Amino acid sequence: MGKPTGFLEFQRLSESYEAAETRVRHYREFIVRLTDKQANQQGARCMDCGIPFCNNGCPVNNLIPDWNDLVYKGRWREAIEALHSTNNFPEFTSRICPAPCEAACTLNIPQTPVGIKSIEHAIIDKAGENGWVVPQPPKKKTGRKIAVVGSGPAGLAAAQQLARVGHAVTVFEKNDRIGGLVRYGIPDFKLDKRLIDWRMAQMKAEGVKFVTGTMVTGAALPKGVINDAKKTVSAEQLKKDFDAVVLAGGAENPRDLPVPGRELDGVHFALEFLIPQNKEISGGPGNPINVHGKHVVVIGGGDTGSDCVGTSNRHGAASITQIELLPRPPERENGALTWPYWPLRMRTSSSHDEGCARDWSIATKAFVGEHGRLKAIRAVRLSWTEGKMSEIPGTEFEIAADFAFLAMGFLSPVGGVLDAFGVDKDARGNARADTEGADGKLAYSTNVPGVFAAGDMRRGQSLVVWAIREGRQCARTVDQFLMGSTTLPR
Amino acid sequence: MNLPRNEGLYDPTSEHDACGVGFVAHIKNQKSHAIIEQGLLILKNLEHRGATGYDPLLGDGAGILIQIPDRFFREEMARQGVTLPPPGEYGVGMVFLPRGDASRRACKAVIERGIRYEGLVLLGWRDVPVDNNGLAQTAKDIEPVMRQVFIGAGPGIADADALERKLYILRKSTGHTIQALKLPDVKMFYVPSMSCRTVVYKGMLLANQVGTYYLDLRDQRVVSAIALAHQRFSTNTFPTWDLAHPFRMIAHNGEINTLRGNVNWIRAREHGISSTVLGEDLEKIWPLIYDGQSDSASFDNALELLVMGGYSLAHAMMMLIPEAWAGNPLMDEERRAFYEYHMALMEPWDGPAAVAFTDGRQIGATLDRNGLRPARYLITDDDLVVMSSETGVLPIAQERIVKKWRLQPGKMLLIDLEQGRIIDDTELKRAMSTAKPYRQWIEQSRYFVDDMPEVKSHEKLTGPLLHVQQAFGYTQEDFKFIFEPMAILGEEATGSMGNDSPLPVLSDRAKSLFNYFKQLFAQVTNPPIDPIREEIVMSLISLVSPNPNLLGVDETEPTPRLEVHQPILSPANMAKLKKIDELTHGIFRSVVIDTTTPAAEGAAGMSRSLYEVCTRAERAVGVGYTVVILSDRSVSHERAPIPALLACSAVHQHLVRVGLRTSCSMLVETGAAREVHHFATLAGYGAEAIHPWLAFESIAAIAGQLPGKPTAYDAQKNYIKAIDKGLMKVMSKMGISTYQSYIGAQVFEVVGLSSDFVNRYFAGTPTKVEGLGLKEVAAEALRTHADAYSADPILASMLDCGGEYAYRVRGEEHMWTPDVIAKLQHATRSGKVEAYKEYARLVNDQGQRHMTLRGLFEIKSAGPAVALDEVESAKEIVKRFATGAMSLGSISTEAHTTLAIAMNRIGGKSNTGEGGEDRMRYKPVAAGSTLAKVIGKSRVARDIPLKAGDSLRSAIKQVASGRFGVTAEYLANADQIQIKMAQGAKPGEGGQLPGHKVSEYIGFLRHSVPGVQLISPPPHHDIYSIEDLAQLIHDLKNSNPDASVSVKLVSEIGVGTVAAGVVKAKADHLVIAGHDGGTGASPISSIKHAGTPWELGLAETQQTLVLNRLRGRVRVQADGQMKTGRDVLIGALLGADEFGFATAPLVVEGCIMMRKCHLNTCPVGVATQDPVLRARFSGQPEHVVNYFFFVAEEIRELMAQIGIRRFDDLIGRSDLLDMRKGVDHWKAKGLDFSRIFYRRPEVAGVSCRHSEAQDHGLFNALDHSLIAKAALARGAKVVIESPIRNQNRTVGTLLSHEVAKLKGHEGLPDDSITIKFTGTAGQSFGAFLARGITLDLTGEANDYVGKGLSGGRIIVRPPAAFRGDPCENIIVGNTVLYGATDGEAYFRGVAGERFCVRNSGATAVVEGTGDHGCEYMTGGTVAVLGITGRNFAAGMSGGIAYVYDEDGMFAQRCNQSMVVLEKIPPDAKQADDGLHHNNQTDEAQLKRMIEQHARLSGSERAKAIIADWTRARARFVKVFPNEYRRALKEMAATRLKEAV
Repeated sequence: MGKPTGFLEFQRLSESYEAAETRVRHYREFIVRLTDKQANQQGARCMDCGIPFCNNGCPVNNLIPDWNDLVYKGRWREAIEALHSTNNFPEFTSRICPAPCEAACTLNIPQTPVGIKSIEHAIIDKAGENGWVVPQPPKKKTGRKIAVVGSGPAGLAAAQQLARVGHAVTVFEKNDRIGGLVRYGIPDFKLDKRLIDWRMAQMKAEGVKFVTGTMVTGAALPKGVINDAKKTVSAEQLKKDFDAVVLAGGAENPRDLPVPGRELDGVHFALEFLIPQNKEISGGPGNPINVHGKHVVVIGGGDTGSDCVGTSNRHGAASITQIELLPRPPERENGALTWPYWPLRMRTSSSHDEGCARDWSIATKAFVGEHGRLKAIRAVRLSWTEGKMSEIPGTEFEIAADFAFLAMGFLSPVGGVLDAFGVDKDARGNARADTEGADGKLAYSTNVPGVFAAGDMRRGQSLVVWAIREGRQCARTVDQFLMGSTTLPR
Repeated sequence: MNLPRNEGLYDPTSEHDACGVGFVAHIKNQKSHAIIEQGLLILKNLEHRGATGYDPLLGDGAGILIQIPDRFFREEMARQGVTLPPPGEYGVGMVFLPRGDASRRACKAVIERGIRYEGLVLLGWRDVPVDNNGLAQTAKDIEPVMRQVFIGAGPGIADADALERKLYILRKSTGHTIQALKLPDVKMFYVPSMSCRTVVYKGMLLANQVGTYYLDLRDQRVVSAIALAHQRFSTNTFPTWDLAHPFRMIAHNGEINTLRGNVNWIRAREHGISSTVLGEDLEKIWPLIYDGQSDSASFDNALELLVMGGYSLAHAMMMLIPEAWAGNPLMDEERRAFYEYHMALMEPWDGPAAVAFTDGRQIGATLDRNGLRPARYLITDDDLVVMSSETGVLPIAQERIVKKWRLQPGKMLLIDLEQGRIIDDTELKRAMSTAKPYRQWIEQSRYFVDDMPEVKSHEKLTGPLLHVQQAFGYTQEDFKFIFEPMAILGEEATGSMGNDSPLPVLSDRAKSLFNYFKQLFAQVTNPPIDPIREEIVMSLISLVSPNPNLLGVDETEPTPRLEVHQPILSPANMAKLKKIDELTHGIFRSVVIDTTTPAAEGAAGMSRSLYEVCTRAERAVGVGYTVVILSDRSVSHERAPIPALLACSAVHQHLVRVGLRTSCSMLVETGAAREVHHFATLAGYGAEAIHPWLAFESIAAIAGQLPGKPTAYDAQKNYIKAIDKGLMKVMSKMGISTYQSYIGAQVFEVVGLSSDFVNRYFAGTPTKVEGLGLKEVAAEALRTHADAYSADPILASMLDCGGEYAYRVRGEEHMWTPDVIAKLQHATRSGKVEAYKEYARLVNDQGQRHMTLRGLFEIKSAGPAVALDEVESAKEIVKRFATGAMSLGSISTEAHTTLAIAMNRIGGKSNTGEGGEDRMRYKPVAAGSTLAKVIGKSRVARDIPLKAGDSLRSAIKQVASGRFGVTAEYLANADQIQIKMAQGAKPGEGGQLPGHKVSEYIGFLRHSVPGVQLISPPPHHDIYSIEDLAQLIHDLKNSNPDASVSVKLVSEIGVGTVAAGVVKAKADHLVIAGHDGGTGASPISSIKHAGTPWELGLAETQQTLVLNRLRGRVRVQADGQMKTGRDVLIGALLGADEFGFATAPLVVEGCIMMRKCHLNTCPVGVATQDPVLRARFSGQPEHVVNYFFFVAEEIRELMAQIGIRRFDDLIGRSDLLDMRKGVDHWKAKGLDFSRIFYRRPEVAGVSCRHSEAQDHGLFNALDHSLIAKAALARGAKVVIESPIRNQNRTVGTLLSHEVAKLKGHEGLPDDSITIKFTGTAGQSFGAFLARGITLDLTGEANDYVGKGLSGGRIIVRPPAAFRGDPCENIIVGNTVLYGATDGEAYFRGVAGERFCVRNSGATAVVEGTGDHGCEYMTGGTVAVLGITGRNFAAGMSGGIAYVYDEDGMFAQRCNQSMVVLEKIPPDAKQADDGLHHNNQTDEAQLKRMIEQHARLSGSERAKAIIADWTRARARFVKVFPNEYRRALKEMAATRLKEAV
């Protein structure tokens, strides 16, 4: 166990960033990972709790105290084994996870949690550099075939787990490259896309087949959803060709803002901005949206909005304003009533630090344009009481805007995939499947025999780490379904 | 026997008894009636050591053994026309006969036939006249018919010895025949004695009824030179005539802890015994011991067998109760050899015991190896010897007495009436041990495995280590919590907080069979041992060779013996034992029996394999193999190990059954055993030695990674050391001191295995709730094995995470999960009931997660639901709540006071825990005050605002074995005084607070020096037995008559019976704690494997108390992981009036179950003394108040639902509980709770909840007159004179209570009240004596003088008429000044064992002590002017002792592991280095003490020392504890720093 008094001796040390002035000039990752020695020391801060709340706070239930201790002791190789035992893609989570584990950390009671994410980052990067991450091909093939629809983190996790127990797994992806939102939704400066290719290479060696540019069912997609598919394959075909299907697509349908002026040029869904940007960086065509010298308003205060801010800064926007409907969260939560759960509090991302104005309790009333082009946003201030909002009369104002990016979340899966398989949906339009396997049904199974659902397609938009969890757990029940029993972990 | 049958959870085999014992004997064998009268008087004067049941007329039994009064019988029989032969040629059988005519005739006929058959002559029968007036009706109801049968020696019976043997055979054989007749009232039949030398008169009588019931005893013609008397204190109230003592040869005070093992081994030996003196007759005595016999009766049977088989009485006693010989440097070679030789014949009958024994020609007494019972004796100049549990039981003029002494640990007093002299221990044992060349025999016949040459081993693993580990269910935690700490430190790891993971039978994971067995532990009826501080009594030697013939008295060729120093076989030793044939040239032959089973054949295959293992062992022993090795080394993909414990016990029991067990030794070579508990269970079920091969392989594999990189060999050695220490701890928990008598002792109970399975493979082990059978046990083991070789990707490269000790999402379940804690904290902080309900749902709903027995209960309605507002208010219900005993020390000042404030606000009770209490907390709180204002700013790290009317005082004052801060004032400020007999997390163990946790404040509260480690001994040194507990309750009641006295017990099998005894000992309140309670620090195996859930203990207690009609006299509190209203409701239905909560309120205060209490690093300021961390404490009294009201409201809702309005109406309604329907868990479905739910039909007048008060009998206390005379209100100095006798117990305590109430700890000015006593003081003379009171006793005193001395002064000196040298005579008994905090004591004479144990401040002078003097002492000053016993200063961490080293041997008698011995320098030469004790030089201090002693007690010895001071000073040795020196140094350094 770490060092019993480590938490009293060592301060929390966060990863450092390249300076904002220089990092906005490029799209590369700018986080400076902990040195080995720093990581050892940060590992020593872990108190090896009798109840490690982090283990529960983490959706994939990472064995955090265990690898903290291993890092403290310099046993890196065992650390990556422990880390990989619960998490297929620590290279993703150690970069882009908001780290609910740290919120749950016992040392977060006095607001100084163990830097779990930074230690995870150190472990996986070190493992990658040392060539410790190698393919784990199955010893035996089962002869069973599984189609995984969607190559985001849920689909990839499911595919990797299933391939490792010997199933023949094929992953279908409508876009030209695999990774889903990890590939295209997250800017390169937050996650270097070579990591996805690196992981994909491992999975290929483990037997996973990737079929990109292929849309399952040919239904029309709503505006704002990128689709590179040149081919389609029908649900019937998949059911026929495969012993089981895992629906692991995203919840890509973006929430729209149907106010006057929505149709104006310059009003875009966030991903219409972010995805082409990523494609451009990886050698694709240039981003049709360029906000250099422009006034940008980002509507929506979440992570996607933040990515729009960061990307806009890199474009060299004249101004960036991010507005949010909800009130400004407190700087500090009331820990006594929130810990160990995820607290609502004011969060400032690295993108915000690069420059942006933020405002809260604002409703957008209209997009104001000139000649069909966006010029400004008309908004009004809100007052919130007991969870209900009302406009404050006389507070209407305008913000100059050449571009407005709608980053207000995602609603549901797209493209009629669920309908094509005949999968029942819940009230929010997600696939209906539970995670516990109540009433004798297998967990993650839909109403259609042999068809399973996991990730955003089942639970709605969420974190990468939740997608990995669902992909892993779903793989377990698929294996159970096919083989009668399973050795895959939950 | 007439005990009730098994009923519900009550089991008559759990009965215990203890008592007062005594004898009077005329050394020259002069018979007189006066001796009998004196014997009867001893009984009367020991009355307080016995007990009565629900009916004050119903005693527990008493009796007397005398020599046959020949003239009396001769004349009586002559009246019937029978002429008795000369003395020695006839025998008398005292017979209890059934009342039914037919049965009685049948019994008589069997005896008469037997007499003829044995070639004896029936002389006649005699009606024994009795007067049963004054007996309790229930005793009368089963009163047998008393007859004596007179039997003449027939032809061919050469002498009295031969006749005695024949009478023995006659009694045994006719007894067996009559038992077999199945007469309806056969239980009345019993033969108290049948001898040509002695006769026993006993029965279900009160002490003073023996002489009135048996008219014979009043007859002047009834004469004897000996009278052995006994008064019983039983834990039950069921009248039984036969269980009274004396038995045929002994009367016993104490308890045999190893009974089951001893009885099993006797049974095992049946086939291996032959006797030249008994010859063929030997066959007639089996079974020697019936199932369910009391320990004393069984012991009597064993002693009889040895004596009849040809051993002398003393020889036999030395075999059964040997002294602690192993590792005793003071014992001479021959004597050690004697014991060593005999250990092969008989394992010790171990436990606290004062046994008086006689065969009519000799009478004597012996004490157990640890001296755990009192036995005082005196010798007069007219040849009388009086021995008794107490002194002062007979009025004997002082001038007649030539010697007053006590039995010392392991020592024997023997009077040979025929020789007419006392044979003292040294002479006796010298004669005994030199009678045969024992040393030579041992050297000829002994082989030490360790000393044999190394042999090469070619054992290899059958596959990758990881898979083999997995096949035995290894987890990562086994390394982190078990192997690593052991391999690094040689010690078992410490953990904290309780066990909140499910019982194995409820767990979804495959558990090892070991886990179903729960260690039993000593509470109340026998004491645990401290295996560290009292290591001198412990031994781990094991014989791994066949047993010699027990009755081979005359054999001259010693049987070869193979020995190991301790039972954990290293790889080297195992290799040797496998080749033992070669190494010993065929003297021993070993055989390895494979204990694996084909995995593919499943459970059926395992059953078959097990059978084969047993028969193969049988065959092997049959053909002469002497060492049977059960081995699972051949485990592989195809072969799964049979659970090692199952194989071990099955083979052991099989070999016992077929009579071969003593022809071999049984060793277990297993991969399964890794933690202490595993080894303990294997030993407990028969393994003579164990080789944990996989543990050794695993340790070797990690050794290089450990800190310090030990070699594999060193790491393994450390591991063995750790397991050995752990084994001693487990053994000592049960009060067992030798491994040899632990083997097969089966001191476990089972939770979760079916009785079919247990009866088949673990016969004799209690199991009360059923559970798994062989099929499921096999399935569970096979599942573990299958996982190991499965394709599980996680297990491919690492072990399972475990999650048993620390929560892991994918590990074992826990009751306290992150969500449960979060919801509870959020609810109580916000006051939101919805959040509480979410919490309660998570805890209560165990539909998916099976956690506790009660989780599987369903609550039935008593009637239609009632409206919520008709149900008793929450305000009333919360008064039944108490918080647990957590000391200030284990938790922070802030956490401790928060609980007290909250409980006082709601009218519940908080508990001090065992750390004393700050007197500032007794003061009323004014408005606007804060915690810091009350107890001082420097002592608070986070202040707590207070309200007017708040109180910081803990209503419950705990009295634990450490007695920290237990003063008259502390006790006077209690509403309830709680005696902690055991703690749920570590029953049977003591504790220690490391020096670094003893802050200035804690040192102040505990009357100790800051920085000095504090040890709580495992036992209360004034409770070794039930009547001792009665005495302590009496003491505490005297210390505060307004407070109720509570006794805290931990749930285990038989706790109900113990509880009944405790109620008879006059407790007002009982706590039944579950095994899962919290702790600040405990070895992890204790947290996991000792004790049972409170559901079991509480139900058993309720059932037993109701059955005994005692329930109404006490309040019962249930305690142990109480979390919700549902828990409380179930507790009430099972019989609890009140409820204790500890962990939950701590969580409310901020505890997050870090389980780091023992490291002092609690990050939320709850369980730490670090001020930095304490400042983080965030608990508030309001939160705790919220919690209890939430719980109460939940209870009310449940009560409304089930239609009960008053809480009282819930209590004991176990009929409202049912097993939840539809439990289809693979393991849990086999459970059967019907015994828990059993409810006795109601009987009018028998209460099933608290309804009446105990009568403590304080009205006749001597103190009332002292209080009247002392006239405290007047404040003038008074001198009082008063006679005193042994029945005046606890004198001075009520008076001190009055002083403490008025004046607090400050007391009165010195010598305000002086009381001059003359006579013999009863026990606890001057207990908790307050400052200003001087007790000046001329005479002598019994045990516990000055217990808890609180500032007063005690002087005890011999009467002028006594002629003996005080330095060679005893003046005060055992355990004197236990827990004294302040005051002075002067004893002109020698004290018994454990003088000044746990003294923390008193100054005492004495002229000699018994063993274990100054044990655990933390403060104060002691001067011993004479010889001390062994093990002086064990565990002594503070204070100073000065010992006058007369013979220069003190160093050998002193335990120097924590102290150093120094000379006393002349005053002028002692440098002022800041290390002065009490800021005085040693010489000044010591001299002043001795002068004071001379002045106050008139000591000649003191005067002589002073007269020759310079020479005398040089002979004094200063005993200086290392810890104390360090603390003094640190304080001096601090002073220096402050001065600069």
